[in-house]
Amino acid sequence: MKVLSVLSAAVFSLAVMVGVTTSPNPVLSAEKHEIEVEDAWSRARPATAKVGGAFMMIHNEGTKIDRLVSASSPVAKRVEIHESLMKDGVMSMAQITDLPIKPGEKVMLKPGSYHVMLMGLNKPLVEGEMFPLTLKFEFAGEIRVRVHVKAAGAMSGGHTH
Amino acid sequence: MNKIFTLLIAFFLLASAVVIGLWATGIVNFGPGSSTAGGSTIIAGAPQIGGPFELVNHKGETVTEADFKGKLMLVFFGYTYCPDVCPTEMQTISVAMQELGDDGNDVTPVFVSVDPTRDTTEVMSEFVEAFHPTLVGLTGTEEQIADIKKKYRVYSQKEENGDPEYYLVDHSSFTYLMDREGELITVFSYGTPSEEMAAKIKEQL
Repeated sequence: MKVLSVLSAAVFSLAVMVGVTTSPNPVLSAEKHEIEVEDAWSRARPATAKVGGAFMMIHNEGTKIDRLVSASSPVAKRVEIHESLMKDGVMSMAQITDLPIKPGEKVMLKPGSYHVMLMGLNKPLVEGEMFPLTLKFEFAGEIRVRVHVKAAGAMSGGHTH
Repeated sequence: MNKIFTLLIAFFLLASAVVIGLWATGIVNFGPGSSTAGGSTIIAGAPQIGGPFELVNHKGETVTEADFKGKLMLVFFGYTYCPDVCPTEMQTISVAMQELGDDGNDVTPVFVSVDPTRDTTEVMSEFVEAFHPTLVGLTGTEEQIADIKKKYRVYSQKEENGDPEYYLVDHSSFTYLMDREGELITVFSYGTPSEEMAAKIKEQL
């Protein structure tokens, strides 16, 4: 019994040593948080429009769950994460406090589903232009993306109008 | 209370859509109890949708249902502060209009605001112009909007305790196809593809 505990202590300290020497951040080496944000886009909104929506694909390439917790952009006074819901033909939107993204999962923010709600637009969103958006994840931290402004009725970030 | 109301409205709309669908496909034949007037069909038991209204278009002109007679009318109720569903449905309608080509000259697409406080003529003007050149935006006073909502059996509810500037509005998401006399032909549910919408409209031309 004693031998076993001595042995395991040795193995443990060896593992720690290896960890320290090979990885700059041994604590996080087992839990990788890697978030990729792709194809961020928005719809053109005129000068009188006070709100807009931004859509994108969030890919969790890490091995642990992460959560989109907030967002900010210089084009809007307030930015929230919303979900569109359809129930019995009635459309509603609800703010969500966090959007979980499981390891390996690609979560699509798209019309009729999740979107980043830009409230209090400071400027019109002009088709063909881009604006910065900072997404804050629980573990991955802040990720800054450029949002491409598509046509007013665009349905995806691709080339369709 | 709101939930019950929503369910009721949804039930009525669904029921009428089903009845109309069955009638259109010939599965159900209305004998006595149904009447045909001026090419439109009045179905016994189904709620009447549509009727007279007075509103302000996106150019600031006062308009009534009479101004839309003679053409089919494709009507959607929404609000311009809605960044998701409303632009999506406006896009579907715009694409359907494009697919109709010259036949589209016989159809007026209409966006009616359920949020007249924020949807001023100026806001409506910029909103509709982003979608289709013939799209008409309609807004009005709270009373005028309440009146047309009632006639079209439209449900909408402002977010309770919402931000005075950025409050959200729940609203029904149907698109109504009205005939040249302003009577209901059919209801498209949200998500109906533009091709399907265009095909259904073509049948009526």
